[in-house]
Amino acid sequence: MPRDYSLTGPDARRAVDAGLVTEDWYRTPIDRKQMKALMKRADQPAIRDTILLFGLMVVLAGIAIALMPSWWSVPFWLAYGVLYGSAMDSRWHECGHGTAFKTRWMNQLVYQVACFCMMRDPWCWKYSHARHHSDTIIVGRDPEIAIMRPVVALKVASNLLGLVDVPDGLRRMVVHASGRMLPDEETYVEAVFYPKTFRTARIWLAIYALTVLTAVLFLSWVPLLLIGLPRLYGCWHMVLTGWLQHGGLDDNALDHRLNSRTVYMNPVSRFIYWNMNYHVEHHMFPLVPYYRLPELHRVCAFDFPAPNRSIPQAFAEMLPVLWRQRHDPDFHLRRPLPDSAHPYHDGPRASAG
Amino acid sequence: MADWIDACAASDIDEEDVIRFDHGSRTFVIVRDHQDNYYCTDGLCTHEDVHLEDGLVVEATIECPKHSSIFDCSTGEVETPPACENLHTYPTKVENGRVFVEL
Ligand code: FES
Repeated sequence: MPRDYSLTGPDARRAVDAGLVTEDWYRTPIDRKQMKALMKRADQPAIRDTILLFGLMVVLAGIAIALMPSWWSVPFWLAYGVLYGSAMDSRWHECGHGTAFKTRWMNQLVYQVACFCMMRDPWCWKYSHARHHSDTIIVGRDPEIAIMRPVVALKVASNLLGLVDVPDGLRRMVVHASGRMLPDEETYVEAVFYPKTFRTARIWLAIYALTVLTAVLFLSWVPLLLIGLPRLYGCWHMVLTGWLQHGGLDDNALDHRLNSRTVYMNPVSRFIYWNMNYHVEHHMFPLVPYYRLPELHRVCAFDFPAPNRSIPQAFAEMLPVLWRQRHDPDFHLRRPLPDSAHPYHDGPRASAG
Repeated sequence: MADWIDACAASDIDEEDVIRFDHGSRTFVIVRDHQDNYYCTDGLCTHEDVHLEDGLVVEATIECPKHSSIFDCSTGEVETPPACENLHTYPTKVENGRVFVEL
């Protein structure tokens, strides 16, 4: 069945008519006391990780600049780029949920910095992500579907260098700076925040213009390698882990076990990704902070499909499905549940509408 | 005229916790804060009508379980988006170990 991912097109109406825009999502039953403990906030883990992240960025950038123009600077730029273009995505995500830190202003501060690095307006993306949680992988409703069907392999792959996201981010920034919103944004952002979006875009454009000017004046790539370009050359880790979140799984279903994937990852990726590899758990219980997701994972294991054992194993499972989805957009994975699990809650299907 | 309705036992709610309270066709939450104050607000978040019974109570605030909007339970005021509208609040009193709500 064809899919129209626009938020203002026929599938947007079809999703509403089919009863897919609802609160009737499946949730694994968890004792309230246990859930309260899992939701409990702390500052310490995120302060530690934030000092480590920004400390590493300063050190890596310092070494890279010191080694310029030698090619030996390249690995340090690449490592810096991953922290800028990928780790900032997970910081945007966790701080946007307000779960990373217990102290609100700390969430806000890191959120604003991460939004700048990722070229995501703080208000638009707050609401876009709220919609992603309300209507996860519901076609015509979810603005954050990374892999659309039928899959256009070249377009999807080009985003490994930010070639889809960055032009889109810049286009939105320019439109916002001119005092306008895009039609899709008008479907999910509260109008009261439009002026803040316009002001943010103007400030950001000024920062980027200053960066380019500095690079030209000093005839140096360094300002651009520090600000802006890492969003291109360092986003590959975010894109790879982002594909695993929902790629090759079901759409238009009301059960996160059907449309999201949990993958065991190495400690470096988990630091960059801030534990979002526990993605089914995160979608089902978004108030649980990243540092308690491993515990939530153990609590939910009886009710969830088996997690993927590693990044390569998850790609080995997903890529053949994506390849087939180039011509067969309805094809998807449906993973078996353990005997102890409650059955899948498919909900009404858009095709029934 | 508003009536005082017997909603629950004070001990039904743990410290910094919340329970659902349905009355007629309406739904509410009763919140107990860290200092044993009790509050009653509308049960549904003003953002997308998600029930607050699964929310997180910190001191006298409640955080919506869906998108983390935080509301002050004593005034109903929304403190963080995406919700933009305040919650309705209702007077409460505790007598003989029971929580009463004026509806
Ligand atoms: S439903 Fe409560 S914040 Fe969105």
